[in-house]
Amino acid sequence: MEGLSLFLENFANWESLVRVYPLLLQGLQLTIVLSVVTMPLAILTGLAIALMYSFHVRWLNVLLVIYIDLFRSFPVLVLLILVFYGLPFLGLTLPSFAAAVLAITLNNSGYYGEIFRAGIESVPAGQREAAKSLGLRPGHTVFLVVLPQAVRKVLAPLASNSLELVKTTSIASLVGLPELLRSARVALEQTYNPTPLMAAALIYFILLWPFAHLVARLERRMLAQASAT
Amino acid sequence: MQQLVENYFNLAILSRSFPELLRGFGVTVQVAIATIVLGVGLGLVLAVTRAFAIKTVNALIVVYVDLFRTLPQLVVIICVYFALPYAGITLSPFAATVLALGAVLSAFATEAFWAGILAIPRGQWDAAHSLGLRFLPIIFKVILPQAIRLAIPLLTNRAIAITKGTALGTAVSLPEVLGAAQSATAIAANPSPLTLAAAFYLLFFIPLVIASRRLEARYLVAR
Repeated sequence: MEGLSLFLENFANWESLVRVYPLLLQGLQLTIVLSVVTMPLAILTGLAIALMYSFHVRWLNVLLVIYIDLFRSFPVLVLLILVFYGLPFLGLTLPSFAAAVLAITLNNSGYYGEIFRAGIESVPAGQREAAKSLGLRPGHTVFLVVLPQAVRKVLAPLASNSLELVKTTSIASLVGLPELLRSARVALEQTYNPTPLMAAALIYFILLWPFAHLVARLERRMLAQASAT
Repeated sequence: MQQLVENYFNLAILSRSFPELLRGFGVTVQVAIATIVLGVGLGLVLAVTRAFAIKTVNALIVVYVDLFRTLPQLVVIICVYFALPYAGITLSPFAATVLALGAVLSAFATEAFWAGILAIPRGQWDAAHSLGLRFLPIIFKVILPQAIRLAIPLLTNRAIAITKGTALGTAVSLPEVLGAAQSATAIAANPSPLTLAAAFYLLFFIPLVIASRRLEARYLVAR
């Protein structure tokens, strides 16, 4: 019993939670802002890459695949450290927020690019030919015929990658951006108590769990379809 | 141009920091292998355990999977390293990183293997059953071989992604290649060691990324 109360005093300490609550809330805000800014940038860049790829210009596709594989190969933290600590030597000093946006966008545009590319390639060529023979213009063919089918096919990895992107924002704490994780660690140092850290983990969990659940359902459906055919 | 070379590809600094970064790379590889063994092994065990359909056990597995599938890797690493000591458990940076990344990977692996098991049509179970096979042989000889094959594409990407998390070990002063590069950069006041670290990571991950692309292509063709 004494062990339990000691455990609760350490890990679920109400007093320290009340003390650091505003700090955590500010951190949460910054995590959300960072995600909301970065995700559209990464998705649009990835989509642009995949669309350029779909023209099947040989030299261009080689470059695009190099871009995709290069930025998928770097751990995103390595990119962030390169951008944040490496670029200033070129005279380009980015604040931590901009550095995080740039690093996460570079990394995830590679992932999104590969996902959209796979989706577009999986749409049968007959669809494009049919659209062309119906007199649709190329732009209409892409946005009204090809992309809707492509996106439906890769819905599961798209959702999964978007969830990963939000989780990835936590690395910004390592370059001093006071987002949720960083705030929790500052609070930990103020209170000498791991409660803020537990609270931050709980906030992440509550925020992301619905999406994790959705991703799992989409993945399961995709697998069921794969094994049925 | 000269400034660029001087700053990012400074040979003197590169060669001076090379031995330390190579040691760091060794740590990176060790953490990566330990994480994959722990994560995939535990994931397979948990998925098979789930097939026994014991209610309380399954509830615990679901909570475990949801927790580690949802939390960011860095949050798990930080919690393991900085919060567990308050419960009297102090881990080395190496152990903390492997345990945290392994837990995250095991959650995804459980989910992937379990999804694979669920995707096997009911008829397979019925057919094996009507042939007189018992529960264990059905699981291990009929269901798992097919389920694992279905799970592989989901799993490879995830395993690679989580293995990249070894770089996050720097946050708990794991002496892996990124951390070594950062301290070398600070000492030399020159970012060439960072270039070298990036090169090490590319050397390690580009083959994996290309292999997973091949695997996926084959999987798509097989469909």
